[in-house]
Amino acid sequence: MMRLNRYKREMSTALAYVVLLVVVAIIAPSFCSGANLRDLALNNAPVLLVSIAMTLVILIGQIDISVGSQFAVATVAAGWLAKSGMPIPLLLLCVILIGASMGALNGVLVGWLRLPSIIVTLAMLVAWRDALRWTTGGEWVQNLPANFQWFGMGQQLGQWTIVLASLILLGLLSWALGNLAAGRAVYAVGSDAEAARLAGIDPARVTFAVFTFMGALVGLAALLNAVRFSTVPSNAGLGLELKAVAAVVVGGTAITGGRGTLTGTFIGVALLGTIGPALTFAGINPFWEKAIQGAIIMLALGSDFVLGRVKRLHTAHPQITQIP
Amino acid sequence: MSESASLLRAVDIDKSYAGVHALRRASFELRAGEVHALIGENGAGKSTLIKIMTGAVVPDSGAIEFNGKPITQNSPRLAKQLGIAAIYQQPALFPELSVAENMAIGLEERAIWSRVNWGERRRRATDLLARVGARVDPDAEAGDLTMPQQQLVEIARALGADAKVLIMDEPTASLSDEDTRNLFSVIEQLRDRGVGIIYISHRLEELPLIAGRVTVLRDGRTIDTRAMSEVNRQQLIQLMVGRELSAVFPKRAVPLGDVVLELRRLGCDASGIHDVNLSVRAGEIVGLAGLVGAGRTELARMIFGITPADRGEILLREEEIRIESAPQAIQSGIAYVPEDRRRHGVILDLAISANITLASLDRLARFGTMDFRHEKQVAADYTRKLGIKTPSIFAPVATLSGGNQQKVALSRWLVTKPSLLILDEPTQGIDVAAKAEVHELMMELAAQGVAILMISSELPEILGMSDRIAVMCKGTIVATLDRAEATQQNILALALGH
Repeated sequence: MMRLNRYKREMSTALAYVVLLVVVAIIAPSFCSGANLRDLALNNAPVLLVSIAMTLVILIGQIDISVGSQFAVATVAAGWLAKSGMPIPLLLLCVILIGASMGALNGVLVGWLRLPSIIVTLAMLVAWRDALRWTTGGEWVQNLPANFQWFGMGQQLGQWTIVLASLILLGLLSWALGNLAAGRAVYAVGSDAEAARLAGIDPARVTFAVFTFMGALVGLAALLNAVRFSTVPSNAGLGLELKAVAAVVVGGTAITGGRGTLTGTFIGVALLGTIGPALTFAGINPFWEKAIQGAIIMLALGSDFVLGRVKRLHTAHPQITQIP
Repeated sequence: MSESASLLRAVDIDKSYAGVHALRRASFELRAGEVHALIGENGAGKSTLIKIMTGAVVPDSGAIEFNGKPITQNSPRLAKQLGIAAIYQQPALFPELSVAENMAIGLEERAIWSRVNWGERRRRATDLLARVGARVDPDAEAGDLTMPQQQLVEIARALGADAKVLIMDEPTASLSDEDTRNLFSVIEQLRDRGVGIIYISHRLEELPLIAGRVTVLRDGRTIDTRAMSEVNRQQLIQLMVGRELSAVFPKRAVPLGDVVLELRRLGCDASGIHDVNLSVRAGEIVGLAGLVGAGRTELARMIFGITPADRGEILLREEEIRIESAPQAIQSGIAYVPEDRRRHGVILDLAISANITLASLDRLARFGTMDFRHEKQVAADYTRKLGIKTPSIFAPVATLSGGNQQKVALSRWLVTKPSLLILDEPTQGIDVAAKAEVHELMMELAAQGVAILMISSELPEILGMSDRIAVMCKGTIVATLDRAEATQQNILALALGH
């Protein structure tokens, strides 16, 4: 019972998602066609990867709003490296490393220099984006080698690879967060950094590791996104940070850190990602998408407030839950 | 000083906080034009009484009278209107605002959209500062002032608010002798103008210089009010000590082993600790006594590597080591159960099991993977051994009572099998039954050969549990007493200094 209670938020978001799917299935049955659902999954796979890492960042009580710009840098880097003839496995490694170094820079500034993450990553958001614009002159990377698109596997196989890779990573990290000592450290630091320090955990190290990991996953997401097209844009990832933060929050992770799960984030990504296409299928003006997304975020916040108040009552009057 | 009618009176004040009885029918009377000292040990109830007078805390029962009229519904706002002002040890100015602006806050009662008259504001600040003899530029930023200057600004502000009662909480704690003399002359001027001053201080030797009368609190009760000229320091200490023994302590003689921890001339500038010499043997409980602010917690945090020492030596089992971080201290076999359990001792959101194993994750994980069966076993084991009352070891710690939370905090460190256990106020704010259990547990650990360093502000606990007692004052250990020679009186006399 206790366990179910802890997952209340995830369950209510999941319920909202099921209701949405049922309603759309009734209004527009064609929405549930296999091809459409696959496109939906494909479009949201990169957002999912970024949101997974964003969950960790928010769990430790920080935020990273530079992911959109990191994404753009990694995308262009992937294009250039591919053009230089780098083999795909090496390319994969390089792009992840480029992402990880951008993340590590944030990690050093936030973890060890203890600068506020919202300012550090705001600076990076602007800096990476403009550095990229200056370097590329806004030009897209074209004439990519044939083995770049879909990793040379063809559309059918390539699509499944991307979706499956994202889901496998979700499963792996979800397991790691619950089963690795490092996962425990993430929750402890987000819940109370000073208490974690007194228990022998180094919050600076955890923060550095999480930001670096964030960058690495952004790199991977950028590559998986880039291979879907025959040219590589220099303005990818605009607004990605907002999508990721919104999905994490809708998925029930406390913005103050310490509480939340990747399952919740997965449902959050699915819910926010489905609304746009669902509106199109239902014949509603898609301009409503953002407004509805905003309303969902407010709803999530509202249910946090209600649940949060329950918790406040408990701490103010410990005797209510105290066992005699 | 003339005998005048009472200005502010507190009668039979009672106040409990979640099980802790802070004031028990305490009474206090302040006359106009007197400096009245209020003294007592840590936790005697001074702060609570002050907060009730300034309206910050509502008493459970009892009455406050001002100029003979009872105050009902006291609040910070009402107290201010009546002219009751308090100045705390740490000045409460807005550091980014100028002195004049700081003094205007709360003084200028005007609509928020009206224009500020800067000239008038500055003139009045200058005038008030001159009245307390402060040479302070009204345009300076408050944060740039020295501590004594900030205090004078606060006093000037209270004067501007036409204060009739001025409460000063340890105002000289961080002042030099010269600044103290200046402050006293300002206080005397205020007194001669008819302001009633409540003066709280641990510096007993300065009380005869400034106070007319003195009231002693102990265990939330008013023990006595005397004319300052009738009592000497020894008599005051006599009145302050003698807190009731609330429990029988399970102290047993345990054969002592080798020296586990030895500190030689240990010091750290950042935490104001200097020249600490101390040793703790296996099986020994050493009590660390002292007033709040004497540096006991700072010393514990130094030994645990949180604010590493920069001078002196730490010897662990006769080997010199440098402790630079908490993980290193844990590896060396040191455990620290911090004070303020809800903030730092446990992580309220995490399950009991996760809290218990948090300091020994490397032992409970193989290649970084949590061994949940082992964790469950360890958690269940300690939950049973320490009698932690909970329906499930997976319940968040937030759902437990204070005593059970403290047991979780203790368990976390017992899992690490420490050779030195530092306990910081281990029984603060927990009920009598849980207290007795914690004491019994300490005794068992000592019998197993753990060296224990216990910080406590409760003298009966210090006397009841310790083999030896180290007394701290102003950042260093001033004396170490054997169990046989220690009394509440000589400990307090040492803790008060001079």
